[in-house]
Amino acid sequence: MINPFLPSKMKILDIIPETEIDQTFVLAGRKPVKPGQFFQLSVPGAGEAPVSVSDFEDDKLFVTIRKVGRLTNALFALAPGDYIFARGPYGNGFDYRDYVDSDLKVIAGGTGLAPVKKVIKHFIANKSIASLEVLLGFKTPQDILYRREVRAWVDAGLATLTVDKAGPDWSGNTGLITGYLKNLDLSNLENCKFIVVGPPIMIKFITIELLLLQVPEENIWVSLERKMSCGLGKCGHCKIGETYVCLEGPAFRFARARRLLD
Amino acid sequence: MGYQLSREQFDRFLDRLQDDYRVFGPALDSDKGAFSDTDRITYKNIRRLDDLELNRKSYFSPKEIFFPIRETLFRFCEGEPTVPQIDDKKIAILLRPCDSNAIDRLDAIFLENGPFEDFYYKRRRENVRFFLIECATGFDSCWCVSMNANTTKRWDVAFRFGEDEILVDVKSEEFLPYLDDCPQKPFEIRFIYENTKKVRVPEVGEVTLDHFAHELWNEYTARCIACGRCNTSCPTCSCFTVLDAPLGAEKKMGERWRAWAGCHIDGFTDMAGGHTFRQSRGERMRFKTMHKINDYRKRFGKHQCVGCGRCDDVCPQYISFARCINTLSDCIEEGKRK
Repeated sequence: MINPFLPSKMKILDIIPETEIDQTFVLAGRKPVKPGQFFQLSVPGAGEAPVSVSDFEDDKLFVTIRKVGRLTNALFALAPGDYIFARGPYGNGFDYRDYVDSDLKVIAGGTGLAPVKKVIKHFIANKSIASLEVLLGFKTPQDILYRREVRAWVDAGLATLTVDKAGPDWSGNTGLITGYLKNLDLSNLENCKFIVVGPPIMIKFITIELLLLQVPEENIWVSLERKMSCGLGKCGHCKIGETYVCLEGPAFRFARARRLLD
Repeated sequence: MGYQLSREQFDRFLDRLQDDYRVFGPALDSDKGAFSDTDRITYKNIRRLDDLELNRKSYFSPKEIFFPIRETLFRFCEGEPTVPQIDDKKIAILLRPCDSNAIDRLDAIFLENGPFEDFYYKRRRENVRFFLIECATGFDSCWCVSMNANTTKRWDVAFRFGEDEILVDVKSEEFLPYLDDCPQKPFEIRFIYENTKKVRVPEVGEVTLDHFAHELWNEYTARCIACGRCNTSCPTCSCFTVLDAPLGAEKKMGERWRAWAGCHIDGFTDMAGGHTFRQSRGERMRFKTMHKINDYRKRFGKHQCVGCGRCDDVCPQYISFARCINTLSDCIEEGKRK
């Protein structure tokens, strides 16, 4: 009998510092995974939590983690060569086929960039969509993740980057991400599809704006965050209505997500 | 196969089972009630007929026998995790039709929902046998009939406990050898078809987003104290939290547990970083209500609530779930008339 609660060991190949409180862990592992899916990561003794996969290539998985609690404190004490425990991947993730031939707009706030980073990279490399535009918001310049890649996207004219607040040495955009929606090219609105990820408050206001622009609910995808203890549809923590975020999500079309009421 | 047993013959039946089965049933915990000089009825090991308490409803359901309040998932000691063995003795549970149905509701979550069966639930559940207790009448706080949970086809052995005799219907052949010298008598178990308490349950589709925002839930924000008794006493509540318990000076050994969790209790939705959902207790009452009578039904085609009424029996704030469902139905009716 399969015991889906048993995690397996994964070796940490590298740790990339992103911000003062975020690190990307590069793990050795070949697992079939889709962007937006998540793993249950654990350090024995410290606990287990869901973490979305931010990138993957042949034999490597990337997870970006913010130091915010008991488990992540323990994770940050580890070094390359150490092992963490993992089970998964779980959840539906984003399906590339949903966006074929569309003008795709990815709107990400803060750590919300992690679950869609691979989507952005995929569609930069793969020309199966008509166009790609990225809108990124962070609290301050110090909070920007994946600096090298984000800089490259901005320089290529692919991404608009803004920070809520910045000191005098910041020469880029400031202000809330919602204020920069107007920078997106929405001239062919029927062909536009939107992926919106970030804190709940950001998702709320971005989607309000998009609906006001007459974007159909079916053309917006969001990714939800919930407490999860199992990732298997058993523990009940992530349930909203008849929907289990760990099974049917965390990526949802907004047409469905807006009917998920807590 | 039907039998008619005397009290002594029933005790002998239990005696014979002891080698192969642990028998559990509702039993008396003297003076363990919520108030002084009151008793509590709970599930205990049964060795004799006199151990059984059949005149009062059990405070707890039988679920903790095979879904323990706290369970070790595995132990870790630097290397690979090791899964603890369990006692493989079979378990016979004396239960009523509502609880038999409640186990079916738990099975759906643990064995059907999601891509995997729950390893820990399944290995205990496979050992469970149903000893059905016939309900002559319901208790005052039962509403099983309203939830279609008054009847069941699931039992291995069914019993009617009379004053001097016990009538028995054996459905599973594995129990025939334990009764082979007992007098046979055809017996068919009966079910109750009316409770004193009646609950009107809305149909799926009648509950709309308007009823989520309705003021009826505000009452529970004021009354509920988030103690979670309704969750722990419910035979169908299946939620749990996974947590690690480290051991040793270097904390490199330890156990991963799962423990019951409840949607009424603070912290149920808390995420690292401080984000939380359903902070008001009215929202939690709504979440539970919808799950028990609407959401689960949409997913599995049957009500999760089986109307055992234990939540109403145990609430320290005298909140009645039955009344809550009726109030919701009233609001829906009112909306239709407008």
